[in-house]
Amino acid sequence: MHDLTPITALGGTNARVETIGAVTCSEVPDVALASVTARLGKESQTRTAVKKIIKADAPDVSRFDGGDVLAFWAGPEQWMLEAPFDSHEDIAARVKSVCKTNASVVEQTDAWARFDISGAEVLAVMELLCNANSRAMDVGACTRSSVHHLGCFVLRRAPEMFSIYGPRASAGSLLHAIITAMHTVA
Amino acid sequence: MIINHPLLGPRDSAEFVYLGDANLIERPDPEAETAAREFYEYAYLRDNPAGEHRELWFHEAGDRSWLVVTRNTLTHEISDVQMARDVARSKGRSK
Amino acid sequence: MNQINRLKGGQIDRTQTLNFTFDGKTYQGHSGDTLASALLANGVRLMGRSFKYHRPRGPLTAGSEEPNAMVELRTGARQEPNTRATTAELFEGLSAQSQNRWPSLKFDAMAINDRFSNFLTAGFYYKTFMWPAAFWEKIYEPIIRKAAGLGSLSMQADPDAYDKGFRHCDLLIIGAGPSGLMAALTAGRAGAEVILADEDFAMGGRLNSETFAIDDASADVWVQASIAELAALPNVRLMPRTTVIGAFDHGIYGALERVSDHLAEPAPGKPRQILWRIYAAKTILAAGATERPIAFENNDRPGIMLASAIRSYANRWAATPAQRVAIFTNNDDGHRTAADLHAAGVKIAAVVDTRTDAPRSHGYEVLQGAQVIDSKGRLGLTFAGVKLADGSMRTLECGALGVSGGWNPNVHMTCHQRGRPTWDDSLAAFVPGGALPPGMTVAGAASGNLSTHGALQTGAQAAKAALGLKGRLPKLPSAEDAPVSQTPFWYVEGCSRAWLDQQNDVTVKDVKLSHQEGFRSVEHLKRYTTLGMATDQGKTSNMGGLAIMAELAGKSIPEVGTTIFRPPYTPTAIGAMAGRIKGMDFHPTRLTPSHYWAKERGAVFVEVGNWLRAQWFPIAGETHWRQSVDREVAATRASVGVCDCTTLGKIDVQGTDAAQFLNKIYCNGFAKLAVGKVRYGLMLREDGIAMDDGTAARLEDDHFVVTTTTANAAKVYQHMEFVRQCLFPDMDVQLISTTEAWAQYAVAGPNSRALLQKIVDPEFDLSNEGFPFMACANINVSGGLRARLFRISFSGEMAFEIAVPARYGDALMRKLMTEGEEFNVVPYGTEALGVMRIEKGHAAGNELNGTTSALNLGMGRMVSKAKDSIGSKLSEREGLNETDALNLVGIKPLDAGDKVTAGGHLMNADGPVDAKHDQGYVTSAAFSPSLGSMIGLGFVKNGSDRVGEKMRLVSPVTDLNVDVEIVSAHFVDPEGGRQRA
Repeated sequence: MHDLTPITALGGTNARVETIGAVTCSEVPDVALASVTARLGKESQTRTAVKKIIKADAPDVSRFDGGDVLAFWAGPEQWMLEAPFDSHEDIAARVKSVCKTNASVVEQTDAWARFDISGAEVLAVMELLCNANSRAMDVGACTRSSVHHLGCFVLRRAPEMFSIYGPRASAGSLLHAIITAMHTVA
Repeated sequence: MIINHPLLGPRDSAEFVYLGDANLIERPDPEAETAAREFYEYAYLRDNPAGEHRELWFHEAGDRSWLVVTRNTLTHEISDVQMARDVARSKGRSK
Repeated sequence: MNQINRLKGGQIDRTQTLNFTFDGKTYQGHSGDTLASALLANGVRLMGRSFKYHRPRGPLTAGSEEPNAMVELRTGARQEPNTRATTAELFEGLSAQSQNRWPSLKFDAMAINDRFSNFLTAGFYYKTFMWPAAFWEKIYEPIIRKAAGLGSLSMQADPDAYDKGFRHCDLLIIGAGPSGLMAALTAGRAGAEVILADEDFAMGGRLNSETFAIDDASADVWVQASIAELAALPNVRLMPRTTVIGAFDHGIYGALERVSDHLAEPAPGKPRQILWRIYAAKTILAAGATERPIAFENNDRPGIMLASAIRSYANRWAATPAQRVAIFTNNDDGHRTAADLHAAGVKIAAVVDTRTDAPRSHGYEVLQGAQVIDSKGRLGLTFAGVKLADGSMRTLECGALGVSGGWNPNVHMTCHQRGRPTWDDSLAAFVPGGALPPGMTVAGAASGNLSTHGALQTGAQAAKAALGLKGRLPKLPSAEDAPVSQTPFWYVEGCSRAWLDQQNDVTVKDVKLSHQEGFRSVEHLKRYTTLGMATDQGKTSNMGGLAIMAELAGKSIPEVGTTIFRPPYTPTAIGAMAGRIKGMDFHPTRLTPSHYWAKERGAVFVEVGNWLRAQWFPIAGETHWRQSVDREVAATRASVGVCDCTTLGKIDVQGTDAAQFLNKIYCNGFAKLAVGKVRYGLMLREDGIAMDDGTAARLEDDHFVVTTTTANAAKVYQHMEFVRQCLFPDMDVQLISTTEAWAQYAVAGPNSRALLQKIVDPEFDLSNEGFPFMACANINVSGGLRARLFRISFSGEMAFEIAVPARYGDALMRKLMTEGEEFNVVPYGTEALGVMRIEKGHAAGNELNGTTSALNLGMGRMVSKAKDSIGSKLSEREGLNETDALNLVGIKPLDAGDKVTAGGHLMNADGPVDAKHDQGYVTSAAFSPSLGSMIGLGFVKNGSDRVGEKMRLVSPVTDLNVDVEIVSAHFVDPEGGRQRA
């Protein structure tokens, strides 16, 4: 094992959790990501590979699916695979071994910072943050949207819980926007 | 404005970056004898119609697709949106 | 004097008494009051001074269309000028000051302007302050600014927060009067996602101001029941205190919610206002109508108000502007005010009706066929002069006069796109017309249906049509359906100083003057007289002006046409437009993984795009940035330095056609690049001008990592996607940005290898044979962590760039510092980076400045003729290949003490110094610790052939004029031995 100690996107050693009123925002660093993009003409093989990995059909446009390892739609014939960090730090290599040359696989683990926002007033917070119609998103829906001028992925994981993936380098700005919105709603 | 993305449905134009005339897809053949002239026209000469205009928009804060949007520059009415990749293929572009 | 003009009833909460001050004097009002209603209840009619003539003014209206009663609300940093007293909700401790007066509201020195009114007529700015031109900025403008204008700014930063938000709905209903409520009930019951927005704090619209019955109870009962029903529907969202300010393209509406304006100050953490962007599939505009005045001589005295406003004050707020009130009307609606006030116990001096067949009343006198022709009273109305039907004169004693000239539908929002109101003869008013914003329909009074029944019916119909609902209309509650007939009556004959636009002090005489001076278009009239150009956008004044203009031109009003309205519907604070995007949060900040470490080291940061990068790292004893930078350069060149280069754009390029793709986007060739090698690449625009440069590392046959400059990362990615999707759609290539996934550090200097050998796991051979210049590899570091290593050099030294997953970047940087102690390792910032790249002669953003070609940059031969690439064809054109084209060169002062500055121009050693003889310019300059003098990079005509030539570097702006020598751009190690060592 190597001896380098990781820090979270916000620069801490522990994940940050903020509760304001009825909404909680949690930094989630324990997640591994890899993008999978089908090579030209290998779309169905890639879907099959994704299905094998997530044990569910490769999600359609603006959807996510899977269990411990899940995939969300990120672009035409492109998915982001998400898995627990501790067991899947090598996610890119593992996914590549399944996809082989049918898809281009890129490690994305530290490209993103994930915040989970949950609580009774979560919809009110979401509508201050991004133009996605969060009320109309059902559980299993995801979209790419702009939060505080940052391109983010938004996933509705439960009726009262959303995940926002924002660019890691701007995690502080993203958190500022989320906290401001939580204060407005509280 | 709202751009009706062929895959994602209606999206706010604020998520997009605008490039301009969709004729940019029709890059001339560099091997042609008249290539010098054609590239000059391709790079510099654009129509600026008051009315229907086919133009390129990039969904930067979305799925990173280039779209060909047919927009009326007088009314902002958008009558058609296509994936630019499909348009390019339909124009015979390949590799 | 305590609420002497307070009546019985109303919608105020008498159990809550609120103290407030106006011009320092304390008054009392009640919860539910506006500032204007509370002042009127306290017998205060005078609330401000007019814009130009400083005439005493009181409220004209009871709503957001108010032109006169504007105050500075609150004190200190929260002081807000030009706040309409008619919409400001009363709260405990409210403090308001009148504005545009000195020294006091009752005695205003600037009222002298009124005496000079002959000089201050239409267009006086254009006529008076034209000459001499030099006087404008220093003399005229400051005087005008002081004399004109209304409220003053606090000159302090706004302490409040604002927010922005987004809402979606099937149906947006603008206005919660009878038609809006009925539309919301119809749509809400059908299950549609509905937003009902109203600018008022109490929904109900005009029904709050009327004594009508709906069904068998007072209208209030129906309003409250409707609101309760809507509030209980999960699919309906009620947004009171929310003004829809604009209709934008494709069903996007701006709406300003005043979250905290009714409080002394926002609750902690709460915004003052939220600017909503509402995405509405369909919209119903139910914005009601605004009563219009009739112009007569001196019609602007405090106490002269719209008849409907007096009715609102009496019925909703239980306040009357005076105990004795007269009415001047040309229609039946004015009589309603008289009847309601009479019923409330207010004495009606008389109803003056221009119609000879006006209805009679048992309760008060009606003067048929009569007109109010003048008024009296220094600071408020005391008498109205009436010309009776037989031509005789009569004086009415009254403290208030309600004027009613009929109603104008509120068409404003219908004009925000391409709508042009059309004239309706039966109403003698403009109604919505032309192309309405897509998805919008209009209901109720805004559509010209001025009865309550008409409002309810068209509201229900509009909702049904908008949502495509089947079946019959819902049962409508019964309501008055009085026939409305409005006949035009705009002004009293013979009047001159009769105010049309009270906010901008435009009179009937001004309109006549502008006609006389040849202004024929309504748009010209508007700009010349400033009619309708104040903050109220002429809601109560435009029609009068148009009518007079039409009459003078001998045309009908529809022939003359109307000006249209723009967003925002009512004035909107700039703070609300900014929302939370202000100060350091104006844009998102990007931090590199070593940011916290750099901060601990006391680094000075610089903004590069959104990134914060360490600029230099001062150590104890250093007092000037040059000391730090010179030390960092020297230490790196002597031993080893580390620089965070995470910010460079990194784009992952994969696919069987990846190499072919890079051949297209770079002007130089990549197809033959071996796996495990890196190559410099120059990217051109299609016009042959350099776009960006960077490196491409071939990690595998079908896998490259491309780097871009920090500034151009997003643009280059966009360009690459354009080339992939639009130009070569069948290439098998996939792109994704990985900029933030990796922390990347340049390790440079003669000891860079020795340092890295302590970090990189021992099975990887870093020797020059095993890992030569321009090599790349996937490696492990620190006992097994995946990493990437590139042997590339920006400084000219032996150098590596090492990348690890971002979360480990902080730890890797700390380890490089610890392990590097034995080599006296230094961290270096962007300044030292810049100095070293100038010393090495590497082009950067200053050289790739959007005007330079490959040839200019000394890379003309890199543009491969063996293949097609973006920009290759137009690189060949004549204009980019002239014999005296600019070439990149180095510039060295002859006297080592002389300055070299970027932006300076190069001139021949002899000959004139002027633009015609310009030989080139300096793009980058720095002090070179390695050479001991300043050096520069720049472009000189035919520069490649002029090395060794003496020239002059001049900058007329900074009086620079020094002798320089043209040298090779590679100041340090021109043979490149160090980077290959």
